Amino acid sequence: MSDCTNYDFTKRTEYLDGLARFKAAHRVLAEVPFKPGLPQRGYNHRSLYVNVGTLKIEEKPVTQQMKDIFVGGRGFGLWHLWNAVTPETRWDSPENEIVISPGPLAGNTQYPGSGKSLVVAISPQTDIPIDCNVGGYFGPLMKFSGFDALELQGKAAQDVIVFIDGQRGFIRIEAAPLEPIDSHVLAEVLTHMYAEDEADLRNVSVVSTGVAADHSLIGCLNFSWYDLRRKAVRLKQAGRGGVGSVFRDKRIKALVCRGPVVKGDMNNPVDLDTIAKLGIKMHKEIHALDDQQCHMRRQGTAHLVEVMDAYDLLPVHNFQYGNHPDTKNIASGVWDKRFTQATVDGCWYGCSLACSKGADGLVLTTGPYKGHTVTADGPEYENAAGLASNCGIFNSDSLLEVNFYCDTYGVCTITYGTICAFVMECWQRGILDAERTGGLEIRFGNSAAQLEMLHQMARGEGFGAIVGRGVKKMKEFFIAKGWGDPQLINDIGMEIKGLEYSQYMSKESLAQQGGYALTNKGPQHDEAWLIFMDMVNKQIPTFEDKAEALYYFPLWRTWFGLMGLCKLPWNDVEPANNAKTAEPAKVPEHVQNYVDLFNAITGAQINQELVILQSARVYNFQRIFNIRMGKGLREHDMPPYRSMGPVTVEEYESRAERYDMQLKEEIGVDPAGKTVAEKIALHRAHRTDRYNKLVDAVYKRRGWTPNGVPTLARLEQLGIDVFPEVVAVVKAHLPA
Amino acid sequence: MIRVNDEPIAWQGGMTVRQMLSACNYLFPLVIVTVNDTLVSRGDFDTTAVPDEAVVKVIHLMSGG
Repeated sequence: MSDCTNYDFTKRTEYLDGLARFKAAHRVLAEVPFKPGLPQRGYNHRSLYVNVGTLKIEEKPVTQQMKDIFVGGRGFGLWHLWNAVTPETRWDSPENEIVISPGPLAGNTQYPGSGKSLVVAISPQTDIPIDCNVGGYFGPLMKFSGFDALELQGKAAQDVIVFIDGQRGFIRIEAAPLEPIDSHVLAEVLTHMYAEDEADLRNVSVVSTGVAADHSLIGCLNFSWYDLRRKAVRLKQAGRGGVGSVFRDKRIKALVCRGPVVKGDMNNPVDLDTIAKLGIKMHKEIHALDDQQCHMRRQGTAHLVEVMDAYDLLPVHNFQYGNHPDTKNIASGVWDKRFTQATVDGCWYGCSLACSKGADGLVLTTGPYKGHTVTADGPEYENAAGLASNCGIFNSDSLLEVNFYCDTYGVCTITYGTICAFVMECWQRGILDAERTGGLEIRFGNSAAQLEMLHQMARGEGFGAIVGRGVKKMKEFFIAKGWGDPQLINDIGMEIKGLEYSQYMSKESLAQQGGYALTNKGPQHDEAWLIFMDMVNKQIPTFEDKAEALYYFPLWRTWFGLMGLCKLPWNDVEPANNAKTAEPAKVPEHVQNYVDLFNAITGAQINQELVILQSARVYNFQRIFNIRMGKGLREHDMPPYRSMGPVTVEEYESRAERYDMQLKEEIGVDPAGKTVAEKIALHRAHRTDRYNKLVDAVYKRRGWTPNGVPTLARLEQLGIDVFPEVVAVVKAHLPA
Repeated sequence: MIRVNDEPIAWQGGMTVRQMLSACNYLFPLVIVTVNDTLVSRGDFDTTAVPDEAVVKVIHLMSGG
């Protein structure tokens, strides 16, 4: 493990040699002028539509109804997508769209965490809308060029770049045949190609993916920003659900936005003074308290690695276990030394939480960039847990390398981590062997095999190509081949709705089982993370308590996606007096900050109740969208049993004392004299029954039928009954 | 014996809040601690004693992506 303390963090392999040749090969396919403009009170009141197949480029109005009901960000994305697709649309249909929208609060430079873009598309993994919240400069720069959202539709006949020039006022579709696809190369090349001089580099942001997105369904999008101190192009990921695969299916090589020089008042807010005061208050709070609390500025979310291990929540060996003696090798102390601390790592201007950590001076040991010196992003907690502990790999150097390659190849790290863990357990249990994997010994702990499988995926070859289909399709494939017990394969394959789990153990938290399974897009923790409230604090003991948490927190966290905000400054630092508030888990002072921020930018007068109403409209609309696409019902909210309890004898025996005690105290059965198999069966019946009761309580609280369909009364209450097509979807699924 | 979040934990003479957290393996920094319904500031964890038979609440907040 190298130490970055004295490393020159501006040094890395450069990729600009071919720039002139690449540029000369570009050919303009379409160009449309537009009048650049700045938002007023957070909105431009227009969006941009680009069809890369027909080469149509046009502006569309953002209506008052769109603002009132869908607000912005993820809401705008879902609304545009709803209008673009039919129930028959699949991820690779030409009419599928990728919609990018930053939200009305995005781009302010005062309040930390205000530079997010929301990405929405029909997912190749789930066949329903996926939504991703991503940093980097693209969304805010597009907004300050004049657009509240970008719709990308159609399929190009050749590789194209869509270029939005917010300084000169044109949108151009260019054929771009020569540039490499991989993001760490392409983003650097295009940033330098489209910036007019060195000072302009920070005004350019690139959206790209990588070669693995050409050969898999798990492609991510990388959103860039130019890191002035490192003199490097950095990347943040819209990871989940395969949006990068949709991007490449459309033969989009990259999006480039060249925006104006960013200033602090570009949203033209109603009350800049209040925004400045809110921002200063948060900066002071972070400065005073982060070093005592989560160390986000030094370690990012990697500070959680050893915390999760201590609570038996760190996934190990495909979610079989919750801790491991070697966790210390990938714990926060390692990253505190390895991350470059002599610079600031915000992924948007003004974010003093600055958690986009980078490990500079990484010399790659495998793959097409072997020997290159690169800056690896992160790892964040999810990467460390997914790619390392969940795969039984406790080596920080290999973690950095696989993390880097996932990013540049355009592969979601969370997804790849859960996929690797699944195939490694399949190897452990004899479902896979060297013959079936083409010689890869994909056993737990084999970092070389993990990397080689990724390189195979990038080349579209071998077992890596199968792995790139995701856990759901692998399960179907293995079962069809007769390679193992179907129930075991389904139990240990950690996906719902086709999306892989993110990296927390939910076995001992019923609320988190719902937090994962009762989500709109699939099991991603960004809707609800309730494990401490439920399992450790025991604050929500009844089904109704858990249902209330599974009502409030998903709606509250949806709101960040409507606004173009990052969730982390909400609760990864807390005010000094938070403990004295009535509901500290909600961090009430910060919630009020957000209400005040919204009002100060837009001029509206919302309160904390209306925040939840704003989110509820979009959240229920997305549920109905899922139903329209053939999912979104109770049967689609059922988790794999591994997320609910022990599947195997080894799992049971590893925590036998706990499980035996639960048999006595929760189930009322004396475990004495029972075989492990019998005890596993008793747990399974109990936990499945308990989960179903939770689902009943949550659906009731959310205003849904027992089959998970929002009722007409709920639609009326939310004001989304004004759309006949939405009502028709619901009516078709209500009891006669 | 004390009870921490409804679980029995062995008590030791002179046990501080910090030692109680360590005994429970509670590493997470964003916690709110009450001892017999009295809030203990984080700055006082090293100096506040937990009496025998105390009822302790350690409310973990949330963080992470």
